[in-house]
Amino acid sequence: MKKQRLFELDEAMGFVILAAVIFLLFPAILDDFRLNLFGKYLTYAFVAVGLVLCWGAGGILSLGQGVFFGLGGYCMAMFLKLEASTPENTAIQSTPGIPDFMDWNQLTELPIWWQPFHSLAFTLAAIIVVPVAFSYIIGLAMFRRRVGGVYFAIITQAIAAIATILVIGQQGYTGGVNGITDLRTLLGWDIRPDDAKVTLYFVNGALLFVCLFVAQVIRKSKLGRILIAMREKEDRVRFSGYDVASFKIFVFCVGAAFASIGGAMFTLQVGFMSPTLVGIVPSIEMVIFCAVGGRMSILGAVYGALLVNWAKTTFSESFPELWLLGLGGLFIAVVMAFPNGLAGIFDDYIKPRLAFLKRNRTAADPAAQHSPAE
Amino acid sequence: MSEDKKVPAHPQMTGPSRRAILAGGAALAASLFTPKFLRAEDFPTSAINTTGLAVTDDTVTIGILHSITGTMAISETGSVQAEKLAIEQINAQGGILGRKIEYIQEDGASDWPTFAEKARKLLVNDKVASVMGCWTSASRKAVLPVFEQNNGFLYYPTFYEGLEESPNVIYTGQEATQQIIAGLDWVNKTKGAKTFYLLGSDYIWPRTSNKIARKHIENFMEGCQVVGEEYYPLGHTQFNSVINKIRLKKPDVIYAIVVGGSNVAFYKQLKAAGIDMTKEKPLLLTISVTEDEIRGIGGENIEGAYACMKYFQSLDNENNKEFVAAFKEMWGDDMVIGDVTQAAYLGPWLWKAAVEKAGSFDVDKVREASPGIEFTKAPEGYVRIHENHHLWSKTRVGLAQADGQYKVVFETEDLVEPDPFPEGYQ
Amino acid sequence: MFSGYSMSELGAIFAMQGFAGLILFSVFVLMALGLAIIFGQMGVINMAHGEFMILGAYVTYLVSNFFAEHLPGLFGIYFFIAMILAFFASGLLGMAVEWAMIRHLYKRPLDTLLATWGLSLILQQVYRSLFGAREVGVTIPDWMMGSLPVTDMIEVPINGIFVMVLAVSISLAVYFMMFRSTWGKQVRAVTQNRVMAGAVGIDTEWTDRLTFGIGCGVAGVAGAAFTMIGSTGPTAGQLYIVDTFLVVVFGGAASLLGTIASAFSISQAQSIMEFFLSGSMAKVLTLLTVVGILMVRPQGLFALKLRK
Repeated sequence: MKKQRLFELDEAMGFVILAAVIFLLFPAILDDFRLNLFGKYLTYAFVAVGLVLCWGAGGILSLGQGVFFGLGGYCMAMFLKLEASTPENTAIQSTPGIPDFMDWNQLTELPIWWQPFHSLAFTLAAIIVVPVAFSYIIGLAMFRRRVGGVYFAIITQAIAAIATILVIGQQGYTGGVNGITDLRTLLGWDIRPDDAKVTLYFVNGALLFVCLFVAQVIRKSKLGRILIAMREKEDRVRFSGYDVASFKIFVFCVGAAFASIGGAMFTLQVGFMSPTLVGIVPSIEMVIFCAVGGRMSILGAVYGALLVNWAKTTFSESFPELWLLGLGGLFIAVVMAFPNGLAGIFDDYIKPRLAFLKRNRTAADPAAQHSPAE
Repeated sequence: MSEDKKVPAHPQMTGPSRRAILAGGAALAASLFTPKFLRAEDFPTSAINTTGLAVTDDTVTIGILHSITGTMAISETGSVQAEKLAIEQINAQGGILGRKIEYIQEDGASDWPTFAEKARKLLVNDKVASVMGCWTSASRKAVLPVFEQNNGFLYYPTFYEGLEESPNVIYTGQEATQQIIAGLDWVNKTKGAKTFYLLGSDYIWPRTSNKIARKHIENFMEGCQVVGEEYYPLGHTQFNSVINKIRLKKPDVIYAIVVGGSNVAFYKQLKAAGIDMTKEKPLLLTISVTEDEIRGIGGENIEGAYACMKYFQSLDNENNKEFVAAFKEMWGDDMVIGDVTQAAYLGPWLWKAAVEKAGSFDVDKVREASPGIEFTKAPEGYVRIHENHHLWSKTRVGLAQADGQYKVVFETEDLVEPDPFPEGYQ
Repeated sequence: MFSGYSMSELGAIFAMQGFAGLILFSVFVLMALGLAIIFGQMGVINMAHGEFMILGAYVTYLVSNFFAEHLPGLFGIYFFIAMILAFFASGLLGMAVEWAMIRHLYKRPLDTLLATWGLSLILQQVYRSLFGAREVGVTIPDWMMGSLPVTDMIEVPINGIFVMVLAVSISLAVYFMMFRSTWGKQVRAVTQNRVMAGAVGIDTEWTDRLTFGIGCGVAGVAGAAFTMIGSTGPTAGQLYIVDTFLVVVFGGAASLLGTIASAFSISQAQSIMEFFLSGSMAKVLTLLTVVGILMVRPQGLFALKLRK
């Protein structure tokens, strides 16, 4: 059996092209405003890449990724909010020095569980640890009892609904429906001006590539192949002696961590975090990004997130009253006609042509005449 | 900036900006009453637009930023319509400083990050001179940093919880104390109400409003008390349990701040449970149901309830009659106009007045000119901008009729001062 | 909180609170039955379920306008006609959707979720374009509003009784269809073993289409009934979707009895907690309890034993 390399040639090419698009093409052709928008879209790509691992590779469809996105985003927002709420900035409050929304809700001191978020190190750790711990608990409860498929999807959806109601209801601690707004600086560095947003864009892109690399390693490892085997015939994998639940829990946790990093970057680039990013609708939309890009392809997921969001923005700028029709149509088209999304289209239609070219270049190959692209 | 230096040929430029302010102030009243046309030639673009806003020799572009899709579209549609009406009327009178208003409309899609994104687009990409927009507090909080960072200027129409005073926002709706205190005093004095049951949707506006109401009831109204306070998630549709609790507590007044789709469910179930509001036992006082909402609720289901706001469609004055007629002509006879719709209508007019007083579209000058701007043709009667960027306006109590309109039963004598950070209510 | 009340007052309040719980139960049953048929029998996740309900509500709105204008004398009974029309409108739309979309996706149940989500977006926009973004007010005949005073303290809302009667009759109708009719036998046969069912001569395609149609039709009736107690707007359907799915999953898919049992337990829990706690907390606690129980017993209350 051929030993699997970490990057096949075309995969490496794909990574390089994506890197060129994100780090060279976009900064070159987009103004600062649009670049910041694309930065926001890229934060959703983290979630979509995580979903490729869970759903595409592992067959676990989570409709609650928004919760993890929100956990990361809120952790970051809590840190930034505490930094912004200096006693000088909040002098008009009845209790200066605590976040403004707490003051409006008659809190007179910072809750204990907010205290550690004064520390950036703690915050960064929390962005990874909190969602992973949470997803571990969910995964443990569900996968150990062999809950999967549709049930898992709906239970995670319910968790998303609960999270939203909880965040909105506990507004003294969470900012409620407004979310945590008016974030200003990160360790004294103002995150609001355009040049800061450009810097954040590149940081965001770099982090995305770290996640993509981790995802690639997982897919190419033995674990990745077991995941795919599980998706196809779970029972056989189990009977072969593998602990199926552990693998599922692991990949679910990885997906949660990715989503959380995306959420934290979202907070930094957009400047606030709110429960509209946590609930059912955003969670489903994130699945759609993944589906449009191609649920089997980590690079496709990035393109999917970019394309859908770009379409959403453009559609709603040009035809604000009709964009739901276009969006809805896109979902149906992707599911019905292109179940493997953009990546599937690429594999089916474009790759053969590329192969045809390559072969032409190397030598006159008679097989090239049977180009399947017709 | 560099354009500034290129055009010293206009001697009026630097010198007369002060004179223009004074002259503008005098011309203002005239321009409001008699459609006197200001000619664009008198106001060279380079002089009245020094910060690169979207102003040409004959147009000025502003933004409209509301949700036209998603759950909030229900409420925000009326605001969009009112703003478009005001823009059309201003253009018919010759525009602002001789320039026609053009607008770019963006959809916030009931999603706060989208609001922030679109606000940025309007300010950074389109360079709009001002924005009429937002409805929920959450959307305003989301766009606020964008406006402050890019020095935009927002006219915000909704009655809201207060606790805010931004140099980049004019609040044309009432802040909480304006809307609440007069109504509570009225219900206490004329109806002898002593016990109150506070009820609301679970987010910041109802909670803050109820906080102010509770403080007022407990600290400033003798012998009065709150017997219950209750919040339900947005979109909640089952209110039978709380109705039973209300029966148990037998309050004199149900003080309801339920919003959105929950409203319809609440009033329908209240009526079905046999609580006939026309008997006023208990009396229902709301600050969240405008004529717009009654369309969805059904007039027969809310008949007998009282609402405390600054505007009702049935207000009997000339300004309002013209406004209602113009609104219906533009958008159809079956339209109803609620408090927020009227407040949204004020936005373009107040901006026009401020721009003309400043003699410039520059945001800094418009901001400086804004306090003291008055609008005598306001459908609600008369409004004036306070130093704190809110409006002086009257508070009124209306009684809901079966036909979906309110009958005005009380009106404060004087304009009520806006007080977004009320002492003693924190 | 009960000091200072006499026993008779307390008794009355508890009676009415029990009744409120029963109304909530009926609402849940109406919401969930259609979904239980589709999800339970076909394994299809119909995220557009709420939009099918709202279609029923809009049909009711149109019918009420029609009666108010052309047949004011019969206005009192328009609601029954509206419900029948709502059933057929939603049902036919459902069958069309099954034909165009769902039948291609039976092997990919998770994909039906995405496709029907897209459908729900489209339907929302269609409603918005047709009926406007605002809520429409549906006028309910007078006799259906108001309440029946049983004693001085106890008043029973008529629309509550109506919803309860409707829930019971639709449940019975579904029961008879599923367990006493040929169609029901076919549906159950197809659910249990599609290939064998086809082999013994059941037209599985037609059975699927009819099942989906009836599920959507029941949703339409529910939507029509909810015009009495809730709002009718383009996005109102979204308010129901999570509760509905939870009721069905909690009951154990594939079991209609389970759906009813779970509707009962969730509604009672919620209504009791709402009475003693604040509304938001009650909702969160209810949902948490349901999810907690599902984690311990993922197959739901009543599970159908199936050989996979």
